[in-house]
Amino acid sequence: MTERVIQVDALARVEGEGALYVKLNGQELESCEFRIFEPPRFFEAFLQGRAYGEAPDITSRICGICPIAYIASACQAMEMALGITLSPEIEALRRILYCGEWIQSHTLHAAMLHAPDFLGLDSAIDIAKLHPELVRKALRLKKLGNTLMETIGGRAVHPVNTRVGGFYAAPDAAKLQALLPELDWGVAAARELTLAFAGFDFPADAGDYHFVSLSHPELYPIDQGRIVSSRGLDIAPAEYDDHFVEEHVARSNALHGRMRDGTAYLTGPLARYANNFAKLSPTAQATAHEAGLGAVETNPFKSILVRMVEVQYAVEEAARLIRAYRAPNPSFIAVPPRAGVGHGASEAPRGICYHRYEIDAEGRIVSARIVPPTSQNQPQIERDLARVVRANLALDEAALKLRCEQTIRNYDPCISCATHFLKLTVERG
Amino acid sequence: MANPKLAVWKFASCDGCQLTLLDCEDELLEIAGKLDIAEFLEATSGHSGGPYDISLVEGSITTAHDAERIQEIRRISGTLITIGACATAGGIQSLRNFADVEEFTRQVYAHPDYISTLATSTPISDHVKVDFELRGCPVSKRQLLELIAATLAGRKPHVPKTSQCTECKAHGTVCVTVAQGIPCLGPVTQAGCGNLCPSVGRGCYGCFGPKEAPNAAALSAHLATLGQTPRGLRDLYRSFNAAAPDFETESRRHD
Repeated sequence: MTERVIQVDALARVEGEGALYVKLNGQELESCEFRIFEPPRFFEAFLQGRAYGEAPDITSRICGICPIAYIASACQAMEMALGITLSPEIEALRRILYCGEWIQSHTLHAAMLHAPDFLGLDSAIDIAKLHPELVRKALRLKKLGNTLMETIGGRAVHPVNTRVGGFYAAPDAAKLQALLPELDWGVAAARELTLAFAGFDFPADAGDYHFVSLSHPELYPIDQGRIVSSRGLDIAPAEYDDHFVEEHVARSNALHGRMRDGTAYLTGPLARYANNFAKLSPTAQATAHEAGLGAVETNPFKSILVRMVEVQYAVEEAARLIRAYRAPNPSFIAVPPRAGVGHGASEAPRGICYHRYEIDAEGRIVSARIVPPTSQNQPQIERDLARVVRANLALDEAALKLRCEQTIRNYDPCISCATHFLKLTVERG
Repeated sequence: MANPKLAVWKFASCDGCQLTLLDCEDELLEIAGKLDIAEFLEATSGHSGGPYDISLVEGSITTAHDAERIQEIRRISGTLITIGACATAGGIQSLRNFADVEEFTRQVYAHPDYISTLATSTPISDHVKVDFELRGCPVSKRQLLELIAATLAGRKPHVPKTSQCTECKAHGTVCVTVAQGIPCLGPVTQAGCGNLCPSVGRGCYGCFGPKEAPNAAALSAHLATLGQTPRGLRDLYRSFNAAAPDFETESRRHD
């Protein structure tokens, strides 16, 4: 009987610090743990007593990769607590900004962090030595996402122009319209990258997933929507706690999100895509078909393709909204503070980012709750690992370890976010 | 001659300052041609090992393990540069320094006994000698590129330590405090972001930390005349650079 341990102490090409530990006894999988050792930062605790208006800027610092997700969910929650209804112009501007984050974050992950796995390389810089045009195209596309965020938000990481109720200042239509030629280029570039990545050799795999995502009556969900699932759930964000729980396990500084019945679920690109395929643009759907994707994709290794289809959609959506853009006037809605509770949910590139705040009559935060996507996906990541290890026992040590790392990177886990996440160890016994 | 070896290290942080390096889309491949990126966990699984000519350090020290890790990184690094408010001042997570961290842990985690953390979040310079500190929450891409170019050329980076006000004046941005009575930390905050907030009619909230020899007491006195409460003043200084000494001193005056 041989014991096998596969251990990765510090996972690369993920945002934050995490590790993996898998222990095998012969053909039996004894344990499979995905650990987050990113140090805790206690956002929910130190938000207490702060002014409601500070929540978007403070929580954006949870993650430098997806600050808009935190800003949007926090704003939405505070707007609900204060009874603010946004104008369609403000909502459209927030959605364009969020498209910028999807383009930047997805392209960073797909082309620079995930693609090296399929090419047997260490980094995008190594890819650039073999396929310089591909990497240049990806960098230009990523830059387009950043340019959208800079034009609207002032800067790409932790934008400054956003606030509860809207924006400090509405960008000039001319500045946004100047981006249209590059957005038109971006649609074609996203499609070309999707099709280039579709040529990768994907490991065969299929997960039995409970897909949980937002859903919007007309649009592919980004900035807002109801929480729906592939098994019939359909709730308002305010009902989140009735259906989902977070538990604290010893091995991780990230809480694990589960359904109330204890089962794991999946949030992120595969879930959004499966639950909302019909709402993608016909052109993004066509790219998905050309890349070999169905209307539902259950092979998590193909999440890279779904991300790139979502990039194409986000570029098209930003262009559509910019063509119709009218500068919001006023640029924000302000109301006097009042006591209340608000919930916010938006689709971070990695999945649902849920916020809940209670504020007092002066507008001070009484309690804060933030559930990032990677905490929700942690139990499902461990289930994926167990499935992938069992299916690949014949692989040698190095190959099995790489496959496990890939399984985690399929999720584009944002460990900085989830801390309240990875070391890779596979132990064979 | 071989290219200098660069390492990028992360401590408690949001990854945004490291991301700023990857956000140099126009320059990234050129940088990669002039530096051997030997350690950068967020971007590459390659590890060519130390020692390193240049180490960029993001994040603050919040665990006993990290306090040991930074000592080892200092030992194997030629030039050690800290990037961003977490590494240079302790970051937003230094708000724990003003509270009871055990209480914080109980509030966030069901099993506080699973969590191992220090009572404070401290800048890297509290633990090891730092050769240069680049401010910002996040750092400015322009300043980061200047820092890399200067370090490669062996010269001092051009990173002014004047106030945000100088940037507003240089850009012709109307003063939000004078014109609209909006509280702004610009007079006591180091320049570097490109006067982003006043450009959109918002007061500076201090991402780049205190300027050299700030007169925060005078600014507070003025902001009080505009209606800022002591609590409002305290929270204004107590954010992303809360533990920077000049901001900490001023925020404690309003406790």
